[in-house]
Amino acid sequence: MKILVCITHVPDTTSKIAFTDNNTKFDTTGVQFIIGPYDDYALARAVELKEQHGGSVTLLNVGTSATEPTIRKGLAIGADDAIRINAEPKDAFFVAKQIAKVVQEGNYDLILMGRESIDYNGGQVHGMVGELVGLPSIAPVMQLEIEGDTAKLAREIEGGKEFLEAKLPFIAGCQEPIAEWKIPNMRGIMTARKKPLEVKEPSGDEQMTTTISYEMPPAKGEVKMIDPEQVEALVKALKNDIKVL
Amino acid sequence: MSILVFVENADGEVKKTSHEAISYAAALAEKLGEQEVIALSIGTEVNDDTLAALGKNGATKIVNVADEKLNQGVIQAYTTVITQVMEKTNATHLVLAKSSLGDPVAARVAIKANAALASNVVALPDLSEGFKVKRSIYTGKAFAWMSLSTEKKIIAIKKNAIEVKEDGSDVTVERLEVPLDENDFNVNITKTEKAEGDVLLPEADIVVSGGRGLKGPENWQMIEDLAKTLGAATGCSKPVSDMNWRPHHEHVGQTGVKVSPTLYIAIGISGAIQHLAGVNSSKYIIVINKDPEAPFFKAADYGIVGDAFEVVPKLTEAIKAS
Ligand SMILES: Cc1cc2nc3c(=O)[nH]c(=O)nc-3n(C[C@H](O)[C@H](O)[C@H](O)COP(=O)(O)OP(=O)(O)OC[C@H]3O[C@@H](n4cnc5c(N)ncnc54)[C@H](O)[C@@H]3O)c2cc1C
Repeated sequence: MKILVCITHVPDTTSKIAFTDNNTKFDTTGVQFIIGPYDDYALARAVELKEQHGGSVTLLNVGTSATEPTIRKGLAIGADDAIRINAEPKDAFFVAKQIAKVVQEGNYDLILMGRESIDYNGGQVHGMVGELVGLPSIAPVMQLEIEGDTAKLAREIEGGKEFLEAKLPFIAGCQEPIAEWKIPNMRGIMTARKKPLEVKEPSGDEQMTTTISYEMPPAKGEVKMIDPEQVEALVKALKNDIKVL
Repeated sequence: MSILVFVENADGEVKKTSHEAISYAAALAEKLGEQEVIALSIGTEVNDDTLAALGKNGATKIVNVADEKLNQGVIQAYTTVITQVMEKTNATHLVLAKSSLGDPVAARVAIKANAALASNVVALPDLSEGFKVKRSIYTGKAFAWMSLSTEKKIIAIKKNAIEVKEDGSDVTVERLEVPLDENDFNVNITKTEKAEGDVLLPEADIVVSGGRGLKGPENWQMIEDLAKTLGAATGCSKPVSDMNWRPHHEHVGQTGVKVSPTLYIAIGISGAIQHLAGVNSSKYIIVINKDPEAPFFKAADYGIVGDAFEVVPKLTEAIKAS
């Protein structure tokens, strides 16, 4: 089975978010970048599926050379090779176009990615790629089993789960608990250095959206502390200030 | 010219998030000087009276593609329906709620209809220079202003960011037929499993959440009692669902469900940044934790330093007595 896993390169989940240049640029000072947590789950499941069914796992990232350490980490987790499309991922449509091209050229049985990136939270790329290449797209996927040319999946819906069946190939936007999250070991890190990483130039530069500027939410006011012996004061607040009673 | 709103249903009712989407579309129509706000309901599970009432939120027309095959939300079939209805109604804008169905459908419609898509939108657009929308990014830790450059535009609204308008009046419901082919149903939905509990977490107006401080699943009764008393949904932190004390779909945060209720009550949760990321757009936050240094207090509006096992039952009783 030939699996393509698309990964994002995003600020670590504990990063303090700040902007520079008059709120037009993300401030990378002191920020560590990681594989998007949802993409990490997609990769972990791909590695498990390869162990079960054989085949190969190719990583794909649309990003500048700054993302190579993140790609190497993905290779250390168990992907066989990687492709980097050498471009700044400025817009979901642009990224989806680049991925769609790789999908069309590569004859993959399965294309996995995270349900959304944790920087822009769009949740758009899997669906866009599906429509661009004419394959089903399914998201958010929390279970995925493959038998022959058929997959059994579970998708999260508001307040429950939906179970589905689909024929390969298709595109899935994944989330936990689809797989055990994998941490690279020493051997993985050593071998990752030698695994092939192909750099390709992007095709076209079309975008549909442009980010103009950023804004921070207003600062939180002071917390009002209430004596644990006087929960009635909280009931009063629920009634008069929060107005939920 | 018109604005189309994709209406999502559950159990024969229109979801609250779709009422928000229609209210947003009505305000957008006023801003753009557009004529119509057309609400599109797919499937046969909602009756005409319920649909007609969407006029109160500002819909000027309701269309229903009443095909039983569409009672389940198959992503591609819904994409085809929405794209075709956009064409038939000359819609320049599509408004919908960001959701587990809305996201993947909106992404496919964006390609099919050649429309720019902005997701997680929290306010009406700024039209002073082109079309700029404000969207939530970094899981609620910041906002981005994004300009949409195509003629057609899709806007997916973040939950609870828009006030529901209720001062309109009922409108009639029209049926519309849309041709579908087998290819639209190449994914087969075999079963749907509903979560337990009266109030659904992602749409709840009040959420009562418990963390590792509750020590074990056997202690969740007090969380449920408080939730029931308030008409709230229950949630939890990630370790709680990882240890299987609670089901995965209750896990709130960066990698779990993102909630934006009027009130979030966090009990025995430390307030790690990844948990906060999923709750920081709540209107009010109440924190109950025995550690006065718990980081959650910095994000809270009201706090009680105390043992949850003593405070929570007392609070529930006090609410009942009020
Ligand atoms: C990539 C990544 C993604 C993550 N995503 C999420 C996510 O989506 N959601 C999430 O929740 N976490 C997430 N986490 C985990 C997160 O970092 C924290 O580990 C987690 O939120 C801690 O949960 P907790 O507060 O319940 O437990 P703890 O950190 O163990 O805190 C328990 C709290 O309970 C208090 N307590 C103990 N006993 C009592 C008592 N009797 N009465 C009152 N208070 C008491 C303690 O003072 C403490 O503050 C993620 C982590 C990573 C690395």
